[in-house]
Amino acid sequence: MSLSLKTQGAATLRLLGKPFGGIGGAICGAGLGLFIFVALFAPLLAPYAYDAQDLARIGLPPSAENWFGTDEFGRDVLSRVIYGARISLSVGLTAVALSASAGILIGALCGYFGGRFDRITMAAIDLTWCFPEILLALVLVAILGPGLNSTVIAIAVAYLAQFTRLTRTQVRALKGETFVEVSRCLGAGHAHILLRHLLPNALAPVIVVAMLTTGDAILLEATLGFFGMGAQPPTPSWGAMMSSGSAQLFNAPWVVIIPGLFVALSVIFINVYGDAILAALDVKNRIRRA
Amino acid sequence: MLLSVENLQVQFGRLQALAGVSFSVNRGEVLGLVGESGSGKSLSAMAVMGLLPLSGGRVSGGSIHFDGTDLGSLSPKAYRKIRGGKVALVTQNPMTSLDPVVRVGQQIDQAALLHLPVDRTEAKARTLALMDRLRIPNAEMVYTLYPHQLSGGLRQRIVIAMALAGEPDLLIADEPTTALDVTVQAQIIQLLIELVQERDLGLVLITHDMGVVARTCDRVAVMYCGRIVETGPVEAIFASPRHPYTRALIGCIPRHDMAPGDLVGIPGVVPSVAAMPSGCRFHPRCAQAVSRCFTEVPPLSAAGDNHASACFLTDQPGEAS
Repeated sequence: MSLSLKTQGAATLRLLGKPFGGIGGAICGAGLGLFIFVALFAPLLAPYAYDAQDLARIGLPPSAENWFGTDEFGRDVLSRVIYGARISLSVGLTAVALSASAGILIGALCGYFGGRFDRITMAAIDLTWCFPEILLALVLVAILGPGLNSTVIAIAVAYLAQFTRLTRTQVRALKGETFVEVSRCLGAGHAHILLRHLLPNALAPVIVVAMLTTGDAILLEATLGFFGMGAQPPTPSWGAMMSSGSAQLFNAPWVVIIPGLFVALSVIFINVYGDAILAALDVKNRIRRA
Repeated sequence: MLLSVENLQVQFGRLQALAGVSFSVNRGEVLGLVGESGSGKSLSAMAVMGLLPLSGGRVSGGSIHFDGTDLGSLSPKAYRKIRGGKVALVTQNPMTSLDPVVRVGQQIDQAALLHLPVDRTEAKARTLALMDRLRIPNAEMVYTLYPHQLSGGLRQRIVIAMALAGEPDLLIADEPTTALDVTVQAQIIQLLIELVQERDLGLVLITHDMGVVARTCDRVAVMYCGRIVETGPVEAIFASPRHPYTRALIGCIPRHDMAPGDLVGIPGVVPSVAAMPSGCRFHPRCAQAVSRCFTEVPPLSAAGDNHASACFLTDQPGEAS
């Protein structure tokens, strides 16, 4: 019975990747941490300004001065990748945070109260599932005008349906559980039941999906950037860099490949780390392993 | 009277699930509400708790008075004050009655925080005292555990603690021991009885186990198909059961002197609400049914001191053995 004391302190540690059998989750968690660190301290870490052009040094391969080479305007790719981390990660995270918060709120209310309110809201939300995410996001950006804010909103709307559906299903299933009835028998009101009992039980999978979706969102941001719908030049986002570099794919492939590599790496890190969180969030599983 | 239910009728759409149920409990008294599954015991409890609308039912007649107040006239908000505060329910399955992701101690705190003027620290102190009283070993430590880390017996104690935390006057225990081992059952029942005496509670013990009733209750109400068929003091019910259904239920208690094969159940099944038999609802399963039983509903008529039975044959001792 001394289990509980051990597990309480260990829970936080475990989020760093231990339950994923150790090394994989830990490496990805550390990689993700490194990306976030780089994004936060970009001005201190970048050797050059992201928009400093040197037209005498166009399309140079990686070297001692420019570790990742230079692009079509002679800008340092390393510096742009470092600054790009800010845009790509923050757009991805903000969009998912926005999407998940709205989805959880709407989904929980729909699942809990049901009835006509639920049917109408869900019909509207399901409409967004008729379109591929990219198409939906493109249309929204086209309406709102290109730029970072509209990218965030477009990505948030594109993923809204999945968070709403997931939360709603969870809440609906939990609503019939005896412990909810017991809580009601103790005199608890709607808010108490929703916040103290339904959401804590419903959220574990939503958090995991949010984690995995962050990877997708970064990819979607890159795609929108590639289509010229995201960050506007000279602001560097990984997608926009690949887009502008694609003209010289054969002369200077590093301009495309390096930002692409970082998109891929961050998606992998986030997905593996998401799995680790899944294992760590499962209360029963946590105790069984202890 | 702490709780008095008069001629309570409950409907689900057009189907009548309770057809006029009356019972009452005093402080310090244990009333056994007995019957098979589907006889309307739990439904009566739900009606008292005011939770019928959740499952689509409604009270269509009769009244429920608690401590002088007509519960039917309360606003939803006022009802919520009573629910868990003055009237508490102990549910039947401790495996599913506890929230899996909330520490059990905090679940017990809940009722106190909702109904009593206490803060978190005080609620926790009360919870620990209550856990001690319910003989939960090592209360400080159990407080921090999750439900799945506890045994069935401990969980049922936690569920009882949750019900008691709001300092209720009336406890409704809906088959509190069905999910437990026999050895644990006796402890839990014993605990409930102690609490009734200690705190001067009224207890409605819902069960289908006549053995439990014989050991614990002061009075008994036997239910069948949404009606009370017999009610009276426990001694009278066991010494001279009047209704054939009561006799059949008592016949279902195994005794050590029975020969193998002596234990008989009640033939047939409880009819569904949608297809209730006419007349006495027990007649299709009753060995003594006479033609009158097929057409007329027998009224609950006196059969002794506080003892009443709804059977035409009650007055004919010759048939009643």
